[in-house]
Formats: sequence, C-alpha cells, structure tokens
Amino acid sequence: MAQSNQLQTGLYKRALLAGLWEQNPTFRLLIGMCPPLAVTTAVKPALTMGLSVIFVLVCSNFVTSLMRNLLKPHLRIIMFTLNIATFVTICDLYLRAYLPRMSEILGAYVPLIIVNCIIIFRCEACASKCGLIVSILDAVGMGLGFTIALCILASIRELLATGCIFDLRVMPSGFVPWLAMQMPVGAFVTLGLLLGLASVLTRKKRS
Amino acid sequence: MDRFYVLLMGFLSVVLVNNFVFTKFLGTCPYLGVSGRIDSAFGMGLAVTFVTALSGTLTWLVDYYILTPLGLEITRYICYIVIIAGAVQLVEMYVRKFFPSLYDAFGIFLPLISTNCVILAICLFLDIWGTDNLLEVVVLSTGVGAGFAMAICIMAGIREELIMADVPVGFQGAPITLITAGILTLAFMGFAGMIK
Repeated sequence: MAQSNQLQTGLYKRALLAGLWEQNPTFRLLIGMCPPLAVTTAVKPALTMGLSVIFVLVCSNFVTSLMRNLLKPHLRIIMFTLNIATFVTICDLYLRAYLPRMSEILGAYVPLIIVNCIIIFRCEACASKCGLIVSILDAVGMGLGFTIALCILASIRELLATGCIFDLRVMPSGFVPWLAMQMPVGAFVTLGLLLGLASVLTRKKRS
Repeated sequence: MDRFYVLLMGFLSVVLVNNFVFTKFLGTCPYLGVSGRIDSAFGMGLAVTFVTALSGTLTWLVDYYILTPLGLEITRYICYIVIIAGAVQLVEMYVRKFFPSLYDAFGIFLPLISTNCVILAICLFLDIWGTDNLLEVVVLSTGVGAGFAMAICIMAGIREELIMADVPVGFQGAPITLITAGILTLAFMGFAGMIK
C-alpha cells in the first residue's frame, strides 16, 4: 500500500514538473508559438496572457478528463475545441469587464487561445487518457512553463526596447532604447536566440 | 473604378503590408513546422488559402445576418469554431471525391488546418476591421490566405538552401529558422509605408 502511494506521488510530481522544463511547450516542444511572439512587447500583457492560458488549460483539462470515457474518436477534436472555446469566451468577457486596457492591448490574441496548440495537445495527450488529478497537475505545470517562457521573452524585449521592466526604470539614463526589439523582428530573433541557448544547455547537460 | 482600386489596395495591404505571418505572428506553427520543403509548403499554402476564403466568408455571413441582429455576439467564438471545423471537413470530403490528385497533394494538412490560427484570426479581424460588404470580405480573406502561402513558400525556399549552410551546433533546426524569419520580417517592413 505504501509503495503504491509512493508511486502515485511520483506520478503526480512528474505530471506537474514536466511542463516546466522537460517538456516546456515553448522552448522544448515548439508548440503554440503565436503568443510568445505576439504579446511579449512588455511583461504585463505577457503575464496576463500566461494567466489566461493557465485558466483555460486547467478548466478544459478538467472537463476533458471528466468526459474521457464518452469521447468518440472522430468527434474528439471538435469536442475539445468547443470545450476550449467556452472557457476562452468566459476568459475574454472577464478581461473585458475587469481589465479593459489589457483586453485592448491583447486584442484578438485572447480569442486566438482557442486554436493554441498547447491546449488541444494537452487535452489529446493527457486529459483524454489520465485521471482528474494528473490532468489538472499537468495543466498547471504546462501553463506555468508557458507563462515563465512568455515572461522571460517579454522581460528581455521590454528591457532592451524601453529600458524598463513592469514600467520601472532599470537601465541607466544613458541607455539608448533598441526600438527594433518592439518590432516583429525583435520577437523572432530573441526567441531564436533563446531557443539556441536552450538547445546548447541541454546538450551540455547530456554530455 | 474607384471601388476596384479600393479592393486592389485592400488585397495588396493584407498580402504585403499587413501580412498576418510577418506583422501579426499568426500561423507561426505551420510557418515553422511545414516549411521544410517547397512542395509541401505550397500544398499547405494552397489549402489554407482555400479554407480562409471559404470560412472567412461564411463566418462573416453568419455574424452579419444571424448573430448581430439576434444579439448573440457572446456565442461568436463557438460559432466560428464550428463553422471552421465544418468548412474544413466539407472541403476535405469534396476534394477527396472530385480531385483525388489534389487530395494527395494536400495530404494530412487539411485536418491540421482547423487549428491553424490564420483562419480563426481572419474571422476575428473581419469583425475588428468592420468590413461591411461581401465583396470586400471575399477579397480580404483570400488575400490573407495568399499572404500566408507566399510567406511559407519564401521560407521553404530559404530553408532548402539552409540545409547546405554551416550552422553552429545548437542553432540547427528551429533557432536558425526563427532568426531567418526575423530577417525576412525586416525585409517586409520595407512595404510598411506603401499603403496608408
């Protein structure tokens, strides 16, 4: 009994931690790449986006896990997306009501969470096969991994583009802002360099 | 003539100036994932163009004639998703039945398309832009698809050359592709002053 308990705890721990680095959606799996590029001009929208994704991911994994015995193979994807679309609508309405400025900045990227591959991927790969607790832990881990990746990217871009983080001045007054970091090119190149760094680090760790 | 000019400018604007891939980062997943070879990139681009044109028009019609008059804007996202999934399914069946050779070319891309953000995005942006006539909607949604097709084909062309290049270890694959994409975006910024 004790052994099976231990096994269970190990399983939970693995589900929670996988998303942080081992299977980090942005740096390792390269899925759901639109938001990391689009909303990372500053840390605040990136954080809002990350939290919205965590909310949607946890809720949709929860519901998918509950209905995993009812899924029909050919209707699976449409059931997932409808489920996700419902929670995204809730999230969008909430943002519009309580954080109208953030909602304006994020614009169409909030409804676009519906087609974010991370969420469908987790519904398909985890929630439709595993129990409730594992699914929720997995969603939290993946969502946190995604949020952390967004925040890293956003803080680099915001720091270099404006010299501030969270609207707090960090750089000395002589700093010349790199305007390119706020443009699309900054997003692509920064993410490219970070991915390169991630792959070099993994290589080192392995050897 | 005036109207034709507006339509032409709208088309050029979404293909070159406001290209969804370069300025709004939409459809980045297939843009990075399926751009390994030119022929598959072209197949993907064609399939996306087809589906954007179809679902952009359909969602606009549903939004304009059913959802807005009835005050059901809240269910907008759910309706859009259902329409897109339906359109993709329809296109898949139609192409498989009547154009088997084209179906082989599209291959597995068609089912993948229902989760392509370009398609949901065009439906949302048509609403944000406030387009209010059918012709404009058709032209704009075709233009967005064409812009995506162009972007993914250019990328595939570059990546076929990149295979020969001596890329530092650790930067092979996705990192170098992203950096290339960044430089490509920079090139397309040259069009920014062209319209409006």
